[in-house]
Amino acid sequence: MVAAELLSQHFELGFTYTRSTGPVVGKFLTGLREGRVYGVRGSDGRVLVPPAEYDPLTGAALGEFVEVGQQGRLLSWCWVSEPREAHHLQQPFAWAMVQLDGADVAMIHYLEAPSAEAIRSGARVGISWAAEREGFITDIRCFTLLEGAAP
Amino acid sequence: MSEPLADVTGIKAPVYLKYRFTAGSAPARFLCRLKEGVLTGQRCPRCSNVYIPPRGSCPACGVPTEDEVVLSDKGTIQSFTIVSIPIPGNPIQPPYVVANIVPDGANISFIHLLSECVNEEVHIGQRVQALWKPAEEWGHAMDNIRYFRPLDEPDVPVERIGKLPVTGLEG
Amino acid sequence: MREIAVVAYSQSPCVADAGATNEVELIMPQLQAVYSQLGLASAQDVDFVCSGSCDYLQGAAFAFVAGVDALGAVPPIKESHVEMDAAWALYEAILKIRMGHADSALIYGFGKSSPGELPIVLSQRLDPYYLAPLWLDTVSLAALQARLLLDQDLVSERDMAAVVARSRRNAMDNPLAQLAGEFSIEELLAEEHFVAPLRRADCCPVSDGAAAMVIATVEQARAWGAPYARITGIDQRIENHNPCLRDLTDSVSTRQAAAAAGVHRGPVDVAEIYAPFSHQEILLTRALGLDDSTLVNPGGGVLAGNLMMASGLSRVGEVFRRIVDGKAGRGVAHATSGPCLQHNLVAVLEGA
Repeated sequence: MVAAELLSQHFELGFTYTRSTGPVVGKFLTGLREGRVYGVRGSDGRVLVPPAEYDPLTGAALGEFVEVGQQGRLLSWCWVSEPREAHHLQQPFAWAMVQLDGADVAMIHYLEAPSAEAIRSGARVGISWAAEREGFITDIRCFTLLEGAAP
Repeated sequence: MSEPLADVTGIKAPVYLKYRFTAGSAPARFLCRLKEGVLTGQRCPRCSNVYIPPRGSCPACGVPTEDEVVLSDKGTIQSFTIVSIPIPGNPIQPPYVVANIVPDGANISFIHLLSECVNEEVHIGQRVQALWKPAEEWGHAMDNIRYFRPLDEPDVPVERIGKLPVTGLEG
Repeated sequence: MREIAVVAYSQSPCVADAGATNEVELIMPQLQAVYSQLGLASAQDVDFVCSGSCDYLQGAAFAFVAGVDALGAVPPIKESHVEMDAAWALYEAILKIRMGHADSALIYGFGKSSPGELPIVLSQRLDPYYLAPLWLDTVSLAALQARLLLDQDLVSERDMAAVVARSRRNAMDNPLAQLAGEFSIEELLAEEHFVAPLRRADCCPVSDGAAAMVIATVEQARAWGAPYARITGIDQRIENHNPCLRDLTDSVSTRQAAAAAGVHRGPVDVAEIYAPFSHQEILLTRALGLDDSTLVNPGGGVLAGNLMMASGLSRVGEVFRRIVDGKAGRGVAHATSGPCLQHNLVAVLEGA
């Protein structure tokens, strides 16, 4: 038996999905389009951002929306020195776990920063909105560090 | 002032992922011989069935198939359909015939086009042969064979379809 | 309850790129190996077959169906598949045997991750509205978790480097490992960060390969006459898919599964922990309640080679092998699935 020649072919697999949002995710995404951030209140009183459709503790449907702030505290971050092709920021950037003012859980999004050295856990960050907003998670372009704010 | 936008009820969330697909060693050997204008199969050491295109195993016995055999480019129609509607992305204009063809020497069929025939006269058991593209156009692909076309040979009885030796009906 | 034992196990080497080897060609040698350990001819000689794989890894739709070509399904066999690590295929097979619907089962897992960009492929299992569209890759998610542990002084970068150094050293005796060698903690800490606070060495490599196992009732295991290890406990628990709704510095699901599987009912000689990132091995060792008396990942663990969809099954297989080789009397195997240790399975194995 002869050894096989290595035959390979590059290809792109595409899934052109559309998704229904339902009322809870829809409210959040509609808010983003308007430049506002909505969370939902859980059974334990916590404000969940982005909103969960069902309570993580009891499984009950949730629907009490609460508008939260557009600034918050950096709970965790990591520095991507070599962005991957799929990433939305192509300069070195950070991923951020941010608890927005008025929210009780964090959300994860991009953080644009000049360098890893400029970032500290606990730093104050704010939303940088996309110029064109359409009702999608990327209406938040990224977070940015707030100047002069002490951790 | 523009109309207020309706609430968001849906999103477009396409997923595009890039890959480098590799053929596997049995298919790669098959495709390399195909580039030379030769159809090959693999024989199961346990049940002796010959598979084309080979995937490296006998799916019936679950054992590796390493014995490579050269097959004929003549074969028999095991089943067929007449396609009457256009298929998006397919340049071939309907109506045309797609057939399951068992090459002589193999025990299972593959799917290919049938042409130079009267569509309404195509039938199970009919003998056919490959019409190859010019050799300089051959690549690692089944479309090295432009299509199959009828042969002037007697039909193969249904019970013998998929059981002919590489030498064909007379073999 | 019917007592169940692992009776055969085999794993391929972990390689960065299996090249011209398709899924059938990856699986078949491992199936042949477990058959030969028991004198079986094919999958027809067991009552049930269950596999674990994920088509997205190689971008080949329904590759798991093609995997059935390795089994010899004529006449038809009882077969099932989980789109998860094959440790969960093992779990399904154990339930099947406990219910009395089978006396033996073949389990296999395979992953050919090299054709795609695995950390990006896996980003698409995250929340489809909030996270998947951001392409939040698995290495970055793990780095966010590591930062939480570091900020709270629950681990240090030195602790993480020590895990890597031990993995690489242990892997030197493991011919199936992809990464092995003698490295000092200082050397590892001198490497630059990859996705800070993680260095490349803190992350498991991407590997291609497959693993297979046969389990059976203890009666069937004795009839086959092969050495076996009893599965005396197994449990699995899942947490919320939103990483921010979990305490990422702990693994509650692992703690619960360990308690339910009975990890603490006896001494633990060896533990095989599925920790794709160095800090996760420390976190999981604590969640499993293990101390210095337990040998952890003696073959290097998945930091030395990670077969997505098979490594969890291999953790069980490695504990089995140490028990039947007489190197351990009682051991614990852990498997994980999902982002940042979302879903965890714990099994306890004991000698015959």
